[in-house]
Amino acid sequence: MTNHYIDLKNSDCILIMGSNAAEHHPIAFKWILRAKEERNARIVHVDPRYTRTSARCDYHVPLRSGTDIAFLGGMIKYIIENNLIQEEYVKHYTNAAMLVNPTYEFKDGLFSGFDKEKGQYNKDSWTLEKDEKGIPVQDLTLENPRCVYQMLKQHYSRYTLDKVSSVTGVSKENLLKVYNEYAATGARDKAGTICYALGWTHHTVGSQNIRTMSIIQLLLGNIGICGGGVNALRGEPNVQGSTDMCILYNLLPGYLKMPSGSLDTLAKYMEKYTTKTSAPQSANWYQNYPKYTVSFLKSFFGDKAVPENDFGYSWLPKIDDGKHYSLMHLFDKMYEGGIKGMFAYGTNPACSAPNTTKTRKALEKLNWLVCVNIFDNETSSFWKGPGVDPHKNETEVFLLPAAASPEKEGSQSNSGRWIQWKNKAGNPPEDAMSDGDITMRIMDAVRELYAKEGGVFPEPILNLKWDYRDPKGKFDVLKTSKQINGYFVKEVVIEDAAKGTKEINPKGDLVPTFGKLMADGSTSCGCWVMSGSFDQKGENKMAKRGKADPTGLGLYPDWSYAWPLNRRIIYNRASCDLTGKPFNPKMKLLEWTGDKWVGDVADGPWPPVADLEKGKLPFIMKPDGVASIFGAGMVEGPFPEHYEPLEGPLTQNPLSGQLVNPTITIFKSDLDKVANADQKYPFVCTSYSATEHWCTGALTRWQPWLSEMQPEAYVEVGEKLAGQLGIKNGERVNVTSIRGSVKCVAMVTKRFQPFIVEGKVVHQVGLPFNYGWLYPEDSGDSANFLTIAVGCPNTFCPEYKAFMVNIAKI
Amino acid sequence: MEISRRGFLSMSGAIGSGVALSTLGLDLTALKAHAAEVTKMDRLRTAKQTTTICCYCSVGCGLICSTDKLTGKIFNIEGDPDHPINEGSLCSKGAGLFGLTEANEHRLRKVHYRAPKSDKWEEKDWDWTLKRIARLVKDARDKDFITRNAKDQEVNRVETIGHLGTSNINNEECWLLSMSCRAMGLVYIDHQARV
Amino acid sequence: MNGLELVKLIDISRCTACRGCQVACKQWNELPASKTRNTGSYQNPPDLQWNTWTLIRFQEYVDQKGTLKWLFRKDGCMHCTDAACVKVCPTEALYHTDFGSVGINYDRCIGCKECITACPFGVPKFNSATNKIYKCDLCQTRLRANQPPACVLSCPTGALQIGAKDAMLKKAYQRAKELGGDAAVYGDKFVGGTHVIYVLPEKAAVYDKLPEKPAVPLSIIAWKDVLKPMGLIATGGVVAGVFLHYITHGPKNPDEGNGNEKGGEI
Repeated sequence: MTNHYIDLKNSDCILIMGSNAAEHHPIAFKWILRAKEERNARIVHVDPRYTRTSARCDYHVPLRSGTDIAFLGGMIKYIIENNLIQEEYVKHYTNAAMLVNPTYEFKDGLFSGFDKEKGQYNKDSWTLEKDEKGIPVQDLTLENPRCVYQMLKQHYSRYTLDKVSSVTGVSKENLLKVYNEYAATGARDKAGTICYALGWTHHTVGSQNIRTMSIIQLLLGNIGICGGGVNALRGEPNVQGSTDMCILYNLLPGYLKMPSGSLDTLAKYMEKYTTKTSAPQSANWYQNYPKYTVSFLKSFFGDKAVPENDFGYSWLPKIDDGKHYSLMHLFDKMYEGGIKGMFAYGTNPACSAPNTTKTRKALEKLNWLVCVNIFDNETSSFWKGPGVDPHKNETEVFLLPAAASPEKEGSQSNSGRWIQWKNKAGNPPEDAMSDGDITMRIMDAVRELYAKEGGVFPEPILNLKWDYRDPKGKFDVLKTSKQINGYFVKEVVIEDAAKGTKEINPKGDLVPTFGKLMADGSTSCGCWVMSGSFDQKGENKMAKRGKADPTGLGLYPDWSYAWPLNRRIIYNRASCDLTGKPFNPKMKLLEWTGDKWVGDVADGPWPPVADLEKGKLPFIMKPDGVASIFGAGMVEGPFPEHYEPLEGPLTQNPLSGQLVNPTITIFKSDLDKVANADQKYPFVCTSYSATEHWCTGALTRWQPWLSEMQPEAYVEVGEKLAGQLGIKNGERVNVTSIRGSVKCVAMVTKRFQPFIVEGKVVHQVGLPFNYGWLYPEDSGDSANFLTIAVGCPNTFCPEYKAFMVNIAKI
Repeated sequence: MEISRRGFLSMSGAIGSGVALSTLGLDLTALKAHAAEVTKMDRLRTAKQTTTICCYCSVGCGLICSTDKLTGKIFNIEGDPDHPINEGSLCSKGAGLFGLTEANEHRLRKVHYRAPKSDKWEEKDWDWTLKRIARLVKDARDKDFITRNAKDQEVNRVETIGHLGTSNINNEECWLLSMSCRAMGLVYIDHQARV
Repeated sequence: MNGLELVKLIDISRCTACRGCQVACKQWNELPASKTRNTGSYQNPPDLQWNTWTLIRFQEYVDQKGTLKWLFRKDGCMHCTDAACVKVCPTEALYHTDFGSVGINYDRCIGCKECITACPFGVPKFNSATNKIYKCDLCQTRLRANQPPACVLSCPTGALQIGAKDAMLKKAYQRAKELGGDAAVYGDKFVGGTHVIYVLPEKAAVYDKLPEKPAVPLSIIAWKDVLKPMGLIATGGVVAGVFLHYITHGPKNPDEGNGNEKGGEI
């Protein structure tokens, strides 16, 4: 989230799309309703299904799964044609006025630079025109036909009401209602926000769904302001923290890039990722990249990381350039027999990964599997699952008992980036211990073996700084937390000639902010974004429980610690005009008082943009200091474009000649089958969760109070379709895709209505993915037997939210 | 008419005593008053109160756990009224957090090990388990370590061991995992953020 | 809060059916779960049970304008002033508290089930394993410690509130007025006024299992005023219970509910 949960109360219009907030973030919904009650905010739910969220919104707009870009593209067209943009913001804080490279073009669903054979783009033309000094050329009237704004207008000119309605199945009346209400937040004194979740990310166009909305938020001046932003209501308790720590193949802690084969030296790595700019008013934050990288390597290898060995850079594994290693890639390789062993901490891929048949077959090919959890699940017990003969399966399986959340101390980051400290309330039962204790012991044992026996390339294992045990031999949480925050590992003297100050930071002090990290090896920091969570003398700011709210906007700056630097709303300088006065004086998030910013922790100390000498633009993480309405960050295009889901009801994309996202990876195993517009699988299907369960139910199905409320798998079917199929409420049915089938209870409902798509009736159904064969014994099995292992080519989030099925009575 | 707390007390007794009632795996004895004259409210007053954060969605609601000072067991978990986000409120999962404490009979208490071709779990101790896992890791890593890739670039990685992590552990644990995976040279590293 | 007449306000227009209340009630009151099946509804257990004192009822409803609504009604004890259950209880196991709520003393309950027949809201539930009746007591021990009932504490959206009767009634009427249309307050105008009050956005008749005009049956009024004192004096509670049962229903067992009282044994 750019903003945070309480801030939802400050909004004037809340669009909930790709999210079922009332069911999956019930306490977030408290703040959404508060906006309705205290500010008379409009709450709009756009979703294929009428849910508990819809029940509490002003209205619900049903939309066919996988057509969000068409819906939002129509809104972009509406905003531009009716001139509803927040003009000062768009002109100065985005790249709308900048001219696009003359060789860029878009034709019939494809952008310039497409290599059909590779399914990839060469992005050379997706750039901006720069002058001889390297500064982007602008036309602040926004009239130049090659400026980003005009190109945007041209791109979405095809997204007419008729077309969008025909693609999405949303009535024109409903489209206009949403467009009109949401676009009204382009006024300077209005804020609109988006709450999205996995309903957007789980598509082959997942990242572009979010990007389309980000463009809308920029056009309306809604990013950086309270009550606005782009807000992912993320699904798991520490998904923010685990992402910050990058338990991900493509990133290192703090979102540092994973080194690849072509970057064989630290110098090459720094050269590639340290951004440069000629834009005079850009803060260009990533010029600091080397400081974060070297400090990270110092935290990784401690004293062993020295300038002479590139701080241990060569000890890091390198991925192949352009190759991916996500969960789907892992299971594809495992199915081929290419994976010997796997660790699965607190996760249940036998139910959560797409295409369950393939996933479970793949697990059978492992030599060994180490699972860490508080309950058994379908992954750890795969060898006794349906259709598996334990006597033939050779996998050696370990199921290690972990501590539950209230049984351990440590920090946890919510979606609003609040890092909150948890205290330990009790001991885990018997031999169970925390995941930290388990990880530490496994690595200790591995290190011991390498120390004793030697082995292949032992350096990273033996040189790893690994001293996180307390005197009793247990995992020292606080010590680790401080290591993440960072230390001065040598005395660091910081002199500011202009101010005439000299600051001496003694060796062993904690780094009070990432602003003081160094690229010469004199500081260490495990994850730079979290630096500042301790003060220099060791006060744990994450444990703070102060309730002061000086702005009255619910920022609660003394409650826990928010990264970065306790900033509660990111890009907050964009809430002010060029002179630093808030666009909306009634909601004063930040204000320039002539010598400093007052309010939230400002996105940098510099004066506002009107100060041509010292002033900096608000989008400090972007090399040009402005937000990119046009940009090369995504793999499938500089502007989002509607493509149909890989499996859908149509044979042609109504908006172009390109049916599906041209850059997706389709796996080629015998089990990766696809059935687009196939009469055998005529119904659009989506998967989701229920309030009463969490993910695959691996924690919640074992809890009687929760299973009592949602005891078994069900499929929600609209009354009309159920009537056609002769299915009555509560009857058992088989739901089948070309990849597999699941038995469940039919829940016949008014909450799914058929769509009219391209003149034809399209039915959609949906089912939760909270179930598995292991427990409760008769509760059904995973909805992912139906889903496809294909995903967004930027993130490889699988397309769980749109695929085709059939339904039949058992 | 006597009202005071008797109603509550005898209710506790009524459910917990006499007839053996299955509770579908949730042992409610930790919840119960251990002495007939003490109400749950009384126990709450004398308990160790600890704040924690909910372990389901990412809203980050505050909870108060009450732990019996004598037994060390958690016997009540409810919303933290001082927490600015949830202000004491909780959804069904959060309100039921007690259900995943050790009162839940399904909780894993021992290392479970399943030998190749076996049809059952057996219990193991930590010492044996850690040594065995380390051996398997080292054997696979040493055998399959890739120093240079097809393009002859130095890559120093292992492709035959995968790691799927979690978004339901603390930051310090995540960081430790992230570091240990990289130290081993793994590249197939992913977690629940995508699914 | 001791001695203060309280009202719990259930504002249905604010409920998101997150069911925090349903679980918080079980946690605080130490109530086990039942083995259930999905019967084609989110509503589960299907009805109140001896071990489920509060329940969200889910109901799909299309209003006169053709707009689909999903109604969520938190069901449970209404804590009547003129409580039929208290009137019929031969052993005073059910009683009025100084909060105005209806408490229950399980030691005194003899399992005669008269309250089941008498309650116009279908609240008291029987557990054959313990031979006792169970229902919500408005978290009396929490109220005495100045804590809100578990359900109220858990409610995220303000759909559940508790406070002094006058203040809550005022709030309820104000809210109903804000909502407009068919919205109305339910509870203060019958059985002497309930201590659980609803703000209903739709007409009461629309909601499943919600009586439009709940009342204490006449036969019970007769019992309370005439027969009960006689019975207690003459034969003691147990016999009186059987006697009452006979004179009000004939030789037939009152419905034990939906069979779910056996849920705990599965």
